[in-house]
Amino acid sequence: MSRFLLEIGCEEIPDWMIVPALNQLQDHFQTLLDQNGLGGKVTRVEATPRRLVLWADELVERQADSEELLLGPPKSAGAGAAGGFARKMGTTPDALGVHSTAKGEYFSFLKKQKGREAAEILGSALPDLVLKIQWPKTMYWTGKNGVRFIRPIRWLVALFDDRVVHFEIAGVSSGSFTFGHRSFGGDPVPVTIETFEQRLEDRGVVVSAARRRKRIETAIAGWGVQPDAALLETLVYITELPTPILGSFDPEYLRLPREVLSMVMRHHQKYFSVEDEGGGLAPKFAAVMNAAGDPDGLVRHGNERVLRARFNDASFFWEHDLARRLEDRLEDLKSVTFQAKLGSYYDKTQRVVRLTRELGGDEHAQRAALLSKCDLTTDMVKEFTDLQGVVGGLYARAQGEPEVVWRAVYEHYRPVSMEQAIPSTAQGQVMALADKLDTLRECFRVGLIPSGSKDPFALRRAAQGVVRILAEGSLGVALQESGPLRDFLADRVKYYFREVRGYKYDEVNAVLAAGWQDLPDVEKRLAALREVRPTENFEPLAASFKRIQNILRQAGISPAGSADPALLESGPETELAGEFERVKADARKSDYPQALRAIASLRPAIDLFFDKVLVNAPDPRVRTNRLTLLSNLLTEFSTIADFSEIVTDKA
Amino acid sequence: MSDAHSFQQTLFRLKAYWDRKGCIIQEPYDVEVGAGTMCPETFLRVLGPAPYRVAYVQPSRRPADGRYGENPNRLYKHQQLQVILKPSPADIIDQYLGSLSEIGIDLSKHDIKFEEDNWESPTLGAWGVGWQVMLDGLEITQFTYFQQCGGVDLELVPAEITYGLERLVAFLQGVESVYDIVWTPGFRYGDVRLKDERQFSVYNFEMADVTALWKLFELHEAEARRLIDCYEDYPDKQRFPVLPAYDQVLKCSHLFNLLDSRGAIRVTERVAVIARVRKLAVGVAHLWIDQNAEVAA
Repeated sequence: MSRFLLEIGCEEIPDWMIVPALNQLQDHFQTLLDQNGLGGKVTRVEATPRRLVLWADELVERQADSEELLLGPPKSAGAGAAGGFARKMGTTPDALGVHSTAKGEYFSFLKKQKGREAAEILGSALPDLVLKIQWPKTMYWTGKNGVRFIRPIRWLVALFDDRVVHFEIAGVSSGSFTFGHRSFGGDPVPVTIETFEQRLEDRGVVVSAARRRKRIETAIAGWGVQPDAALLETLVYITELPTPILGSFDPEYLRLPREVLSMVMRHHQKYFSVEDEGGGLAPKFAAVMNAAGDPDGLVRHGNERVLRARFNDASFFWEHDLARRLEDRLEDLKSVTFQAKLGSYYDKTQRVVRLTRELGGDEHAQRAALLSKCDLTTDMVKEFTDLQGVVGGLYARAQGEPEVVWRAVYEHYRPVSMEQAIPSTAQGQVMALADKLDTLRECFRVGLIPSGSKDPFALRRAAQGVVRILAEGSLGVALQESGPLRDFLADRVKYYFREVRGYKYDEVNAVLAAGWQDLPDVEKRLAALREVRPTENFEPLAASFKRIQNILRQAGISPAGSADPALLESGPETELAGEFERVKADARKSDYPQALRAIASLRPAIDLFFDKVLVNAPDPRVRTNRLTLLSNLLTEFSTIADFSEIVTDKA
Repeated sequence: MSDAHSFQQTLFRLKAYWDRKGCIIQEPYDVEVGAGTMCPETFLRVLGPAPYRVAYVQPSRRPADGRYGENPNRLYKHQQLQVILKPSPADIIDQYLGSLSEIGIDLSKHDIKFEEDNWESPTLGAWGVGWQVMLDGLEITQFTYFQQCGGVDLELVPAEITYGLERLVAFLQGVESVYDIVWTPGFRYGDVRLKDERQFSVYNFEMADVTALWKLFELHEAEARRLIDCYEDYPDKQRFPVLPAYDQVLKCSHLFNLLDSRGAIRVTERVAVIARVRKLAVGVAHLWIDQNAEVAA
């Protein structure tokens, strides 16, 4: 069994593109092995900014020889035809056989294919395989119409056991030499599969992402670093030899809001913020170098100097912005375009204020709505777009707005991710809801509807925010959209309850089919369904409901009114009608789990009914009466969930 | 840092380095530009199939960045060292790192990172991919592989290396303000440049006559347009003044920046004005390609 190693050496790849590319490389390579009968599997993939690396093991040296039986003309076509077939097969007529099929006898030829060398197959497939990796943005570098990749490929290592697998991409030939760290890696160095990782380690490259992560985590443990998983991931993939250093800044800057200082450090400098023992911001930062160490403190000194200049800028913005009241910036929003077809942010603000009021927002919520977009014209937001909303809230606070107002402004873009909480106050929730609903309604109104992966206005995120605020908040606002926006929101509602809340897809379908205007109520019904579902009677009952629905559909009538007791046959049918009345009363006065249990208790009566009673009675009046009973039962008990959506083993 | 080179010594060393790498050492272009990229030495030379290697210092004027000489890091006019290697050699990054060693940066004692930073100039119909090069957390260089210029896919891919000289030298000399940079012993950056930072800030932000600037913009735009439109019927293409037409485009671009810093361009019309300049830039780029294809043919 053989081993294989591939290293694609590149100029620095953007950190956020690396992992997806590596996954593709792994998939493509595994497919290549599988489709060519080379055995083996990809055992590991790793990457740094300058290299994508793949290991595979248990490959065969050579494909197995193969045989294939090829059919020619019918035997009845005679010797001439046989001669032609033999020539096509590259053989002579005496090498042909005869094969019997259901349609008769045919000339045949057993074609034997010699297996090819694995290294040869790999060599011819690798260029396409590498270039097949999809990147968010590619470039060419060898000239117009040259190959495209994320950044120029500068070296290639491809080893099959101890031999080089030969191929070429963009003028670079594969070999057995790799390159160490840019600043102190020295000359290219020959490697084998065994020595690869160690040789690189000796030259300042930690190939394993997990070990780079560990290197950072170990070093910063005890520094009071504020955790930031996304930043950590960026640093892991922006370095080959990550080494953290702890720097400090003048505590005088702590007069600026923590949000601003942290944003400057993170956004501009990729530094972690550091907290003091009380959880406040300490006048320190953790930077991660792509170097072995900083013995003379030059790197720390340099970073501190840069941060000072950045903080000076931020300080200037802060004071300059504060000199003007947020409210006075409202007029400026007339020249800030929200969307070409939808007018300015001034127009949007007016709509959001109105909608906030319509949704029940109090005067504080409306005040927050009025101020919500005013930070768009501040220098701070021009510099740190990600801080919009937050900056407005901070300025509102500094300018003396009440907490309920500034906090609503501060939080009104929330939630921007599934992990982030919704706004913390009722005023914040209703204003954030109004902002997002306005964006959705207006975009849908002028046809700016997301399709496929295209969603330039982040409408999915807005819709998800609407769903989460309604489901997790306490506004008591009903979702009452119509048309395409209704369908769009329905998708988000389903996604939320399935993927975020973890309900099964059939449970979600069942509950939504019974209505979804009131999302907290949807959640209550789902919880009840999840609770009652495993009980003995529930799934069989769900199967019976499906049966009732089918019967009604096939009957093609929609019964009205209630069943006539006089027409009920005594025995199972009267029993079912009686049970129906009992359960109806129970269910109506109970909470959802109790109601579901009550409904499930119908099971024996329903089972008996279907066992003993013929729905399609010869007497049409009796038949219609029966259908009416079933229909009423179905309607009555489908307000919590449409049980026919539940997927049962029986079905 | 007393052992650091002066501003001009740093420049000399960088120029000498790129001279050894086979570059033409050009002098700054004498029309106002917002970036070294806009000089004909870059914008036009990257077009077409002819290799080119050039390095030059270019004063770059960005009226809106002026701070009356009061901000230690922001300047209305800063100096860029612009290097164009067309096509880019395979060891381009090593060549670049070599230039840093040349000006006294011991790479084994510093932290160098290449962080994704793609470049786009809507005004020039140009874009490329590349990095900002970070030295101990400071952006010292913009490195770009051009892909398109004047709306045209490039035949050969040039590497553009743009050093921000004030920033770089302030770092090397360990000074907090660019105005404290030692230009040459006895003269600081502020002695040489503070006056024009202050005076141009006053002019750009307060006194530039908007009506006059618009009039000038339209005159230069019309002249560029007129020239571009003449090309097709002009009998001897090799004599045709493509370069003078481009100067008119540069004038438009600079006037646009001035109007912008004066607050005279509304957000809603910004895009449209940029499109007017781009149309001219793209027009000139096509003339340049056509004219040079004629030579080759």
